[in-house]
Amino acid sequence: MKSQKKKLAGLQKRKAIAGYLFISPFILGFLVFMVKPLVQSLYMSFCDVQLGAGSFNPVWRGIFNYNYAFRVDADYARLLTEEITRMAVYSLAIMVFSFFVALVLNGKFKGRALVRSVFFLPVILASGVMLKLDSENALMAAVAQTVEVNAGGTTGITDAIQEILRTAGVGVRAFEKLFEIMDNIYDVAISSGIQIIIFLSGLQTISTSMYEAAAIEGCTKWESLWKITFPMVSSLFLVNWIYTVVDFCMRSDNEIIEKITDLMNINLNYGLASAMSWAYFVLVMAIVGISSFIISKGVYYYE
Amino acid sequence: MSKTKAKAKNKTGKYANFWERNKKSGGYLLRSTVMGYGVSICRAVLLFGLCFLILQPLLNKISVSFMTEADLYDPIVTSIPLHFTTQNYKLAAGLMEYGTTLIHSLLISLTIAILQVAMSTLVGYGFARFQFPFKNFWFACVMVMVLIPPQVISTSLHLHFRFFDVLGIYELLTGTTINLKSSVLPYYLMSACCMGLKNGLYIYMIRQFFRNIPKELEEAAYVDGCGTLKTFIRIMLPDAKPILTSCFLFAFVWQWTDGFYSSMFLGNISLLSIKLKQLPDTFGGYMARITGASSSAGVSVPYTNCVLATGTLMVIVPLIVLYLFAQKGFVESLSSTGIKM
Repeated sequence: MKSQKKKLAGLQKRKAIAGYLFISPFILGFLVFMVKPLVQSLYMSFCDVQLGAGSFNPVWRGIFNYNYAFRVDADYARLLTEEITRMAVYSLAIMVFSFFVALVLNGKFKGRALVRSVFFLPVILASGVMLKLDSENALMAAVAQTVEVNAGGTTGITDAIQEILRTAGVGVRAFEKLFEIMDNIYDVAISSGIQIIIFLSGLQTISTSMYEAAAIEGCTKWESLWKITFPMVSSLFLVNWIYTVVDFCMRSDNEIIEKITDLMNINLNYGLASAMSWAYFVLVMAIVGISSFIISKGVYYYE
Repeated sequence: MSKTKAKAKNKTGKYANFWERNKKSGGYLLRSTVMGYGVSICRAVLLFGLCFLILQPLLNKISVSFMTEADLYDPIVTSIPLHFTTQNYKLAAGLMEYGTTLIHSLLISLTIAILQVAMSTLVGYGFARFQFPFKNFWFACVMVMVLIPPQVISTSLHLHFRFFDVLGIYELLTGTTINLKSSVLPYYLMSACCMGLKNGLYIYMIRQFFRNIPKELEEAAYVDGCGTLKTFIRIMLPDAKPILTSCFLFAFVWQWTDGFYSSMFLGNISLLSIKLKQLPDTFGGYMARITGASSSAGVSVPYTNCVLATGTLMVIVPLIVLYLFAQKGFVESLSSTGIKM
């Protein structure tokens, strides 16, 4: 009996060792390329980093860099608030949009595969440098402007509706944000490819018998959306929310990131650059943490 | 034909006529049929609009890339070029040194993608199939890695590779450190250690996949005398082909268009993404050289953008071809992993 137990422990040990061997590349990489640089950049953010020939020597300056970033630097605080608001608004818009599109695509109709592949196309084409180049494309903007002028004074339909609402006295800021999103629906559409696929895969796991039962009991489509569909895919909201926010932070047209990269590559001010990126990182982490905690309260797990 | 008709008649019973059936159902049939058509028309309009929205910039680029400079200023020409030309392609190809750059991009993306997927598979399998102490802690580390924007550590990585050293051994021997900043080695090292571009995501996807394979399969292999490594290679890997393909495709595509890691580590290798980013400046310089102007300020904005659109097309054409052939690999396996937290 005793020897058997020992043997089992041996097997477990062997498996544990095998497991560690399998993930060893990750552990090594994590320690060398993640923990060490993280600690180092945290340290550098409190220092004045002087680049010498063949080495670099940080000189301790306390919170000078943080002070400088928030209180002296002309752009940083403004860019930070702008980016965070943009992130919040657009992430919400992306969630709503992708859920809606997934609902529409979930039905059966001709050409569904084609539409699905079109919606997924931006994941491939609008990544990395493409995104930035597209957003800077002045030609498209110029063309759009000429078209608007040629159309005779009145610009897009959203502007017209906005005008009506404003004269009716509804022109509050929330509406303006809404209209801004509507005008930039292209941005929203091209950054929601993965989210649509994730929602779709969730929707397809809901068995149709649930809807049938609900319909027989007299449940309308609208009610079954809120009582069945929503709770069943609620766990995916959390996944998608985190993915969206993180993806937004890493997009190449993010102005904060641009500023940090410039500081590092052109001005060689490593201390200030790390201070700025740390402040940004901590803020984003806090937002991700708090928002996902709130969402996870409402998540329903079907067992 | 007549057979199906008979079948339909059988199905509907004695009330073959639509209106008759509608009457029997108290108007419900008519309402639901009209609703059904209404919904599909609305859906068709909506989806067509959204698809057009997504495809429009691409179509626009295609039409612009065949225009001559005169067409760009012509108010009559909007989408179909008046003077059809392929000059833009020749120009963009020359400025980007398309041939060599394409081969470099292909080589780098392929090797990096293979390396990343291979290592992620090992790690993902380890997380999915073995019990060991601190497993949850290490997996939390994977999630942290996904969440940390690479920009946060980029400053320090910069210096890390500028003054690269393994535990100070090299400095002890020669007195200096190695400058790895302008070589490809750091990026390969990082990819081999699962720290490349979006690598945490691949680990997560692969782990999710391996977790769904029944345990009995593995146990049967062990009972038959298969070792751990052999089980992994002979039993598990062949099953994992779809998810590995899709991870490989993602890794390839994202590496292809990546600007951040490429400009940080691979600055002196001509890659398509980098060349494309520099294309407006290169073009400005080229125009200045031709016209003899002192600076590139006078180059027309529309023409620059026209060349840029052509260049963008040339960069994404390989990706579009890949997507057309491997579309299933991208979409299907992503939804089959059943991403859940």
